[in-house]
Parts: sequence; C-alpha cells; structure tokens
Amino acid sequence: MSRVDVEGATKNYGPLKALDGVTIHFTDGEFFGLLGPSGSGKTTLLRAIAGFVELDTGAISFDGERVEAVPVHRRGIGMMFQSYALFPHLTVNENIAFGLDVRGTPRDEIAHRVQEMLTLVRLPGLGGRKPKQLSGGQQQRVALARALITRPKVLLLDEPLGALDRRLRQEMQVELREIQRETGITAIFVTHDQEEALTLSDRIAIINDGRLMQTGKPQEVYENPVSVFAAQFLGDSNILRGAAIDGGLRLADGTMIGTSGPCGGVAIVRPEKISVQGGLGAARGNALRGDVLQAVYTGASVTYRIRTAALGDVPLLAFAQNQTGELLSPGSAVTASWDAAHTVPVTP
Amino acid sequence: MTRLAKIYLVAVLVFLYLPILVMMAMAFNRSALYEMPFTFDLVWFKALMENERLLQASWNSVWIAAVNAVIATALGTLAAYAFARYEFRLKGLLQLLLFPPITIPWLIIGISMLIFFFWVGIGRGLHAILLGHVALSLPYVIVVVGARLRDVSVQLEEAAATLGATPQQTFRRVTLPILAPGVIAAALFAFAVSFDQFVISYFLAAPGTSTLPVEIFTAIRKGFTPEINAISTIIILVSMSLMLLVARNYRFGGER
Repeated sequence: MSRVDVEGATKNYGPLKALDGVTIHFTDGEFFGLLGPSGSGKTTLLRAIAGFVELDTGAISFDGERVEAVPVHRRGIGMMFQSYALFPHLTVNENIAFGLDVRGTPRDEIAHRVQEMLTLVRLPGLGGRKPKQLSGGQQQRVALARALITRPKVLLLDEPLGALDRRLRQEMQVELREIQRETGITAIFVTHDQEEALTLSDRIAIINDGRLMQTGKPQEVYENPVSVFAAQFLGDSNILRGAAIDGGLRLADGTMIGTSGPCGGVAIVRPEKISVQGGLGAARGNALRGDVLQAVYTGASVTYRIRTAALGDVPLLAFAQNQTGELLSPGSAVTASWDAAHTVPVTP
Repeated sequence: MTRLAKIYLVAVLVFLYLPILVMMAMAFNRSALYEMPFTFDLVWFKALMENERLLQASWNSVWIAAVNAVIATALGTLAAYAFARYEFRLKGLLQLLLFPPITIPWLIIGISMLIFFFWVGIGRGLHAILLGHVALSLPYVIVVVGARLRDVSVQLEEAAATLGATPQQTFRRVTLPILAPGVIAAALFAFAVSFDQFVISYFLAAPGTSTLPVEIFTAIRKGFTPEINAISTIIILVSMSLMLLVARNYRFGGER
C-alpha cells in the first residue's frame, strides 16, 4: 500500500525512445491501468517501476523515497507475469511461500499465511499440487497469491489475463478487482485490451510512442478524449475534420457542427451517441444526411455504416439500439443526428 | 518396416555389438587362446584381482573421472549460465572457441598439452591428466547445460527477484533445481569423457602411474592376456549403466 511517483521517466534503446518523459502519480490503493498499443512503452514503464529497467533520466519513488538505486529484490514489489512464471519444481504451497521463505520467516508463520492466501484467492485444498496440474485460471490465482503474500508496497501486473480465454478472463477480472479492494494494495497493470482497462481501473493512462497521451478515470478518458489517438485507441469514434468556427466546425460540404467546447478544427463523436432515422427528420442538434452503406444486425444493436457528403470517403459509424426491431436497409436515405455536447473537440 | 530395413537394422546391431559380446564371453572362458568349447570360469577375474598395476590404474581412472566431473560441471554450468544470461564483450568469439577442442584431433591436443605443461612447469602425472581432462570436458558440459538452460525462462528468475530473492538465492532455489537434470547429464558426460580418454592421458601419464586405458594399451603391447577381457567387461557394464542414467535424466533435443 503505497504511493508511486514517476517523474520525467526517459529510456532509450538505441534510436528508439521507449519512454519519453513520462510523469504519472499513482495514488495509494488505486487500480491503475496502463494502456497502449504494443511497443508503446507501457511494459518498459512497468519494468522500470519493478526495477528490471534502468531509466536514462527521471525519478521513481515509493512513498516519497527514491528507489532507482534499489535492486529488484529489495524494492518490496509484487509482480504477476503474463506467463504466470510459477516455479515448476515447487508445489502450490511452496510457490506461494517462496517470498517468505527467502526472507527467513519462521515455518509456522509461513504455513499460516499460505493458508490465508489460499483462502483469499479461493484455492483451498490445492496446496500440494504442482503448477502443471492446475488449470490456467488456477495458475493465475497461485501467481496472485504468491505476489501478495509478502505484502508488497505495489502490485505490478504485466498483461495478467492475456493468456486466458475470454470467459475466464471476465471472471478473473471481477475477482482480481475484489481481491485488490480487499487487500487495499496499489496495483498498476499493463494491458492492450481496452475493455479490460475500462472494467478494472480506477484510473487509466494511455501511452503511445513512449509518451503519456492522457490520464484520468476510465469514463473521463472515454467520454472526453483529448486527441484523435486517444479517441481511436479507446473505443470506436468518428473523426470530424473541418474549419474552426464559433461554437464548432464547418465540414467539407458546409455542414455546421456544434461542439461541446471551443474547437480547433477536429472533433470526435462516439458511434453509440448517434441516432439513425429513415428520411430527413433530425432528432437532435448535429445532423448529417446520407445513405446506408452497410447494416450489421447483432441482436441488441445494429451497426450502421453511412455514406455522407460531409465525410466523403470515410463512412459514419453508428451503433443504434434495436428498439423497433426494424432494420434500415442498405441504400436507404437516412439522417444521423447527435447532441453537440457529445461532439468532443480533440487535438489532431 | 520393410523386410530389407529389418535386415539392415539387425546387420548394424550385429556389427556394433557382436565384437563386444564375443569379448565379454571370452572373459568367462577358461582358455587363454579363445579356444572352443566354451568352458565357464572366473579365472581371469581372479587373475585381475591380483594384478596390482591394473587395479591401481583402474582406481586412478575412477577418481580422476569423478574429480574431473565435479570440477568441469561446476565451471561449465557457470559458463553456460553466463553465456545464456549476460551480454559481455567477445561473447560470440568465446562461444565459437568452445567448439574447436571437440573437433581438433586428440593426438594434437595431447601433444600440445604435453609440450605446454612441460614449458610452464606442470609436467606429467595424474594432476596433469586431470587438468587435461577438465579442459577437454568443459565444452561438452557447456553445450549440454546450455541446451537445458533454454528451458529455464528468464521470467522465472525475474519472478524470484520480485519476491525478494537475491541473485544467489534465485540461482540456488530456482535456476539450479530446474537445471538439475541437465547438470547431472553433463556430469555423467564429463565422467565418461575422462574415463574413456586414452590419447591425452597417454601423453600426460608419468612412467609408473597411469589410467586404465593407458595401462590396458601398455599391457597389450607386452602380450595379450584375457584379464584385459575381464576388466573390459567391467568397464562396459559400468559405461552402459552410466549411459542408462544419462538417458533417464536427460532427453536429448526435446522436452521431458
């Protein structure tokens, strides 16, 4: 349970800037998701906090104390690896006990705390097995118990659920979240799965090309992305480009679009904010006319791709709730409309 | 399998093992001149027990092979670990330099060692033989342990570090136990390399003290006695058991 501060972290691998002046303050007890495409530097940042990567410049501190000179084994961290990295020659109990064992903790205390951990991760009775005899989800829990037993200052998770199938992953997300709340530990995890980041995190950071693009609560970042990259990386979005005017922007065909704030010429709107109606009637403030290029029926919702004069070659993407059970067929003339409040100005 | 292939297989096995079997059989035959009919007798084993020179040479061979196995395995395992985990200057060149000793004829290695050892004052004798054997076994150990080391993921060692294990604790409690089958196989390999070694031992042996292969060679030059069959039978049985041990502990080129 600790505060972790990263100040101006920079790391170069030859000409490649893996980290380029990243500053993030992780607060005590929060679950923080580092999100970015592969090669963005998110894993480098996590490994720098762990102590496996030495920064070229910048500072890392736990509870205000600088740790750059502290070797990994004395940093007091817990880490979960994508491959779990369970010791194949040790039993589940021995794996979990490892961190206490190397510290010379008395035997009976170890036994007691291993039991505690097995209960916490809901694996009682499996302590005598070897990792190979466990399912992926069980191995995951052993890895978590092993990382938590030393009561680390911070828990680092490197794509922790990446190796699980979708269903198990969703279950483990919930459990991971619950266990993190129960223990109150500061947890920082790396993922490229945006849904996982949104579900698990108190706050997220989007990282690209070694730079921090945006930090905030999942809802803040999703609803108010600051850049085209953030908008496109987290969720789907329609990019509207035009000339800046008072209160919005003017698209290529002259359509005026109202935005939620002052706009420099680029704004985005999320597809689920758009209503699609047959004919010419506009339900809400911003409206684009066009015709349906493609309609994909998925039961609960319908995904439309709409060709508009305003956007030219790029179709407008809209997720419509299936309220009427009717489908607008390709080729039909429609009006797509949404609120100005949902039109978010972004940097290009 | 086709008929032809079966015949071929049998021919190869006969060609390989029949001479050995004949020799082993003759160790138990009373006649000194390979005369038939075969009469079972342990006379040559009894003679062997009274042959001080041969027994002393056998003992020399065993302890040199054992000490060689310990030293070469310890040094070789550390070297293999360094090659697998660390980046250092001239690493590529050093790795390349491991292999020539395996391919250079022993005769040449033996002569060069003899000359070199005299030049630096090490001289001849069992200590020189041991030194030569360690140098000879090291590449084998490094190759065998190195192959197994590829199975020990770096993440396991990193995980140990995050759990508070010092680099020494990590090596002792994580790397080494997982590596153990490879290390044992390498040790048996090193033992066999030394125990079977004739050429280098021959050059480095001081008159009067030598290893078993050298002693057998000397004995044959004086005149063949079936005691050689007897001692050879014992060696074959020991070597075969060692090979079985290696095979049990180490699957070549694949996962267990």
